[in-house]
Amino acid sequence: MSRLLVLVAALALAAPALAAERPTLADLEDEVICPTCNTTLELSSSPVAERMRAFIRARIEAGDSKQEIKDKLVADFGEGVLAAPPREGFNLLAWLLPAVGGIAALGTMAVLARRWRSAPPETPSTTPAANGRPSLDPELERRVDEELVRYDA
Amino acid sequence: MAVVASLLVLLAIEVLSDSKGRNLVSAVRKGESPPAPALELPALDGDERISLASFRGKAVVVNFWASWCEPCKEETPMLQKAYERYRAEGLVVLGVNAQDFRVDARRFAGRYDVTYPLVHDGPGTTREAWGLTGFPETWWIDRQGRLVAYVQGQFSAEELERNIERALGPA
Repeated sequence: MSRLLVLVAALALAAPALAAERPTLADLEDEVICPTCNTTLELSSSPVAERMRAFIRARIEAGDSKQEIKDKLVADFGEGVLAAPPREGFNLLAWLLPAVGGIAALGTMAVLARRWRSAPPETPSTTPAANGRPSLDPELERRVDEELVRYDA
Repeated sequence: MAVVASLLVLLAIEVLSDSKGRNLVSAVRKGESPPAPALELPALDGDERISLASFRGKAVVVNFWASWCEPCKEETPMLQKAYERYRAEGLVVLGVNAQDFRVDARRFAGRYDVTYPLVHDGPGTTREAWGLTGFPETWWIDRQGRLVAYVQGQFSAEELERNIERALGPA
């Protein structure tokens, strides 16, 4: 009985792993490019795209893994058949540049934020009057007073 | 900064290479005979590499095809017949199988009993330099390695004959 339980448990644990290894057409259709239309396979109905779909289905039936199918497609059509370039050699740039760009943008923003925070506050051009509003320029104030005196007279 | 500059250079090379191919098409349509671009690819049925330069001194018909291309099914027997007929006069037919599975291309060649040289260009890397936009497309090259005629799409029997005679030159 205990052996049977162990066997059932082992099968239950292995089942997801086995299922994950077996890809579907949909798994590959958005990771493979149709060479004549330069779109992913899922968006193409060209003759070569149809042939590639048939090839992928046949390889899935034959038990190939996702990577094995991709390798076979690359052998015939070159690396350009993959929607995402492999993470090696010159192709690494395609993966690294966005990350480097993102880090550089974050760094620039952090430096600017620090500068803004450490900058001295703007000094007001005039000291506020008793009513809280900025006081007038002394010369202007004198002229206003003169005008008021003249108006009263 | 250096990376951005490198990427811009690569982009410029790509654009120039594409326009170079289209310039060849316009030149030949105007009656000019520009030199054929270089072409060296692996043979369809082996690891040996075949280069266009090795056919210098012969007239060459370069036919770009794929097994999934319907008009190619009509062109291939015509090319095979022309190869058999004009081979002794110095004609070579070079079939460039592009954007296709090797196994399909080999089966296709077997079905039509093709005996002329066939090369494989899976990624289609030669297409831009030759100004190609679809399948099939055919270039005729004279004995001096100059492009003398081009047909976009399926050629007629008359076009094939006329252009072969032009490529072979006066007897």
